[in-house]
Amino acid sequence: MSFFSRLKAGLGKTATRFSDNITSVVKKKKLDQEVLDALFDALVMADCGVEAAEKLIANFKNKRFHAEISDTEIRGGLAEGVAEILAPVAVPLEDNPAETPFVVLLVGVNGSGKTTTAAKLAEQWQSAGKKVMLVAADTFRAAAIEQLVIWGARTNCEVVHGAAGGDAAAIAYQGLEKAIADKADMVLIDTAGRLQARQELMDELAKIRRVLQKKNIGAPHATILVLDATVGQNAISQVKAFDAATPLTGLIVSKLDGTARGGIVVALAEQFGLPLHAVGVGETKEDLKAFDATDFGRALMGLD
Amino acid sequence: MFESLSEKLTGVFDRLRGRGSLSEGDVDAALREVRVALLEADVALPVVKDFVANIRSRAIGSDVLKSVTPGQMVVKIVHDALVEMLGAAESALNFNVAPPAVILLVGLQGSGKTTSAGKLARHLLQKEKKKVMLASLDVSRPAAREQLRLLGEQAGVAVLPEQDNETPEKIATRALQAAKLQSQDVLILDTAGRTSIDAALMAEAAAVAKLAKPQETLLVADALTGQDAVATATAFHEALPLTGIILTRADGDSRGGAALSMRHVTGCPLKFLGVGEKQDALEAFDAERMAGRILGMGDVVGLVEKASETIEAEEAERLASRMAKGQFDLSDFLAQLRQLKKMGGMGGLMGMLPGIGKMQKAIKAAGIDDSYFNRQEAIILSMNKKERRQVGLLNASRRRRIAAGSGTSVQDVNRLVKQYQDMAKMMKRLGKAGGGDPAAMAAMFGGGNAPADADVASGASNGEAMPNLGNMPDLSALKAMRGGGLPGLGGGLPSFNPKKKKR
Repeated sequence: MSFFSRLKAGLGKTATRFSDNITSVVKKKKLDQEVLDALFDALVMADCGVEAAEKLIANFKNKRFHAEISDTEIRGGLAEGVAEILAPVAVPLEDNPAETPFVVLLVGVNGSGKTTTAAKLAEQWQSAGKKVMLVAADTFRAAAIEQLVIWGARTNCEVVHGAAGGDAAAIAYQGLEKAIADKADMVLIDTAGRLQARQELMDELAKIRRVLQKKNIGAPHATILVLDATVGQNAISQVKAFDAATPLTGLIVSKLDGTARGGIVVALAEQFGLPLHAVGVGETKEDLKAFDATDFGRALMGLD
Repeated sequence: MFESLSEKLTGVFDRLRGRGSLSEGDVDAALREVRVALLEADVALPVVKDFVANIRSRAIGSDVLKSVTPGQMVVKIVHDALVEMLGAAESALNFNVAPPAVILLVGLQGSGKTTSAGKLARHLLQKEKKKVMLASLDVSRPAAREQLRLLGEQAGVAVLPEQDNETPEKIATRALQAAKLQSQDVLILDTAGRTSIDAALMAEAAAVAKLAKPQETLLVADALTGQDAVATATAFHEALPLTGIILTRADGDSRGGAALSMRHVTGCPLKFLGVGEKQDALEAFDAERMAGRILGMGDVVGLVEKASETIEAEEAERLASRMAKGQFDLSDFLAQLRQLKKMGGMGGLMGMLPGIGKMQKAIKAAGIDDSYFNRQEAIILSMNKKERRQVGLLNASRRRRIAAGSGTSVQDVNRLVKQYQDMAKMMKRLGKAGGGDPAAMAAMFGGGNAPADADVASGASNGEAMPNLGNMPDLSALKAMRGGGLPGLGGGLPSFNPKKKKR
């Protein structure tokens, strides 16, 4: 299934509602303030945020105000606007062959989908012929280690783990050590979920990073914040705080197969410009797709 | 969680307060800001529209325009509307059936169902003295059932043993039988996370609900949720229906507008808030308190409750009487620090205090967090008993020794001594203030609605790296509670007016 059809399947229901919203005010076929307000509302309801929505509408308005315009044209125009903002950040996650093992640190708030994303990334690289090692640095949540171990078995990847309640940084270090010894191509470090307001937990992330750098000064080569597609404006605070603790190199949005539209990525792209590597669109290990800005914009606007 | 929203609204109404009268234009200007603030707080747009329309019709009226302080009037209107929208206090769960009463937890993936199941089990066991069984119907997520088993063990409740290759319906049936046989009072069913558009999984949830006939079907939802809260809550409500909502991760810095949205579209009460990673981090939801928090009035009742739960009454009484006699020494200070830590440390206290929105930033900027308390504890532990009784003994060489012993600097030791002295002074003042004086109470909070930051700022401008705890309204408030506000504690310290509790 292509990214687009997965996304559309997911966004279908909301896209319909979205276009219903617009269609009801666009019967007049003229782009006036009422239509613009409806478009603004629709963007806000997709979690784009007030600021990004205002900007998108303003750009659109300058081009087409008072023009005769059809419903499809309106949606197409906005989809383009969204795609324009997102195109520069639609950058797939690629390893650097000069850096072996390539170390990836996955961070995020509780329940954002880090462990499942780790498994999906492992599957991608493993099936591309790379040797992948998973590291269970979530020593806090009950059964988090077991969860990753099961994923390791399903993706044929070795899992480095310690005991529950152990020191996360120590496990991360051991994982990297073992990956070097075993000549793994990739190391995926799954960390415990933490709310960004908890400074002591953010400090722990910084410690994991410091410890990894003792083994390899360039590590982690990628630090990815995993965001839940349902997240609202709090994502902005998440990016800021996680980036302060351990500088982020990119984002992955999980759970985009529900009703959540993930419009927050528009606001994030505007504000931070961090690469958006991939989106999670299901529960199986294959359900991680490269992010496509045009498709996302069109799906968001309910276009085929 | 609502600090940022409260900050916004406080900002809006600060401007209103500055004016003599309030025109329709003023109201509209304020409401535009309310609208944006609510949207940025992730309240869903349709809900925002309803809310703002409601406020507008109430605000633009003769009573407001004739009012002496129109800004305050609008604050009250917004507050009342928020309370209304958040719903009356009805957080109690319904157990009015032949046991076992069944609680079904549903929600999106990663919303916190399993963690909430553990917390709820612990809550029902310890606070309501119920015999509780947990059962996981989550056959999708790897190790989900193992997670619930571990949480059940920690909570000290029964957990239905896992069997291979069972459907959720089959597990539910087995759980019901087991709970009945073991005469459990409550059976909590934890389900797999599902998206509301997955028809098969939604049908499965409905099928489980049909056979388990839950007294409570609770939607577990993330406080970080954005506009999707409406779609998700509506879909689950239509499929099941729901009887209530548990809002998780309410201890984050999210503005948590999802709470308003979900309550509004489902009409289901918010029952509990998840406020931390530990098993006891579950709070009963209270609309009055939450609305107060949204408006920057703080959650003092929550703080008192938490204090009375965690602080040993005898210890508190002992401290209170020592305070009253002016005998409060560094050992007592240490005892207080430890109780503070027990109450959840800074993180736990932060969200509950008035005006904390602004203050939180100042406190963060000053680097006060839980490790700060640990350092203070270390410093006092590095003193001998005599020194703890008589701070005056602490000359330069003793302070150097203490700093070395506690792994801190002499400046840290100096700061702690100063704090202690300020605190002792403050206690004398409070002792004189007399009981139940609202003005004294307000003074402790730095003057009611716009408190705190001034004090913190002055602490920082003294050239100290950290604002001094003696000046911080939060801790002084806490002391007052401990000294006078807790049940069974007498003394001349100002106490809470029980009428204010509304519990």
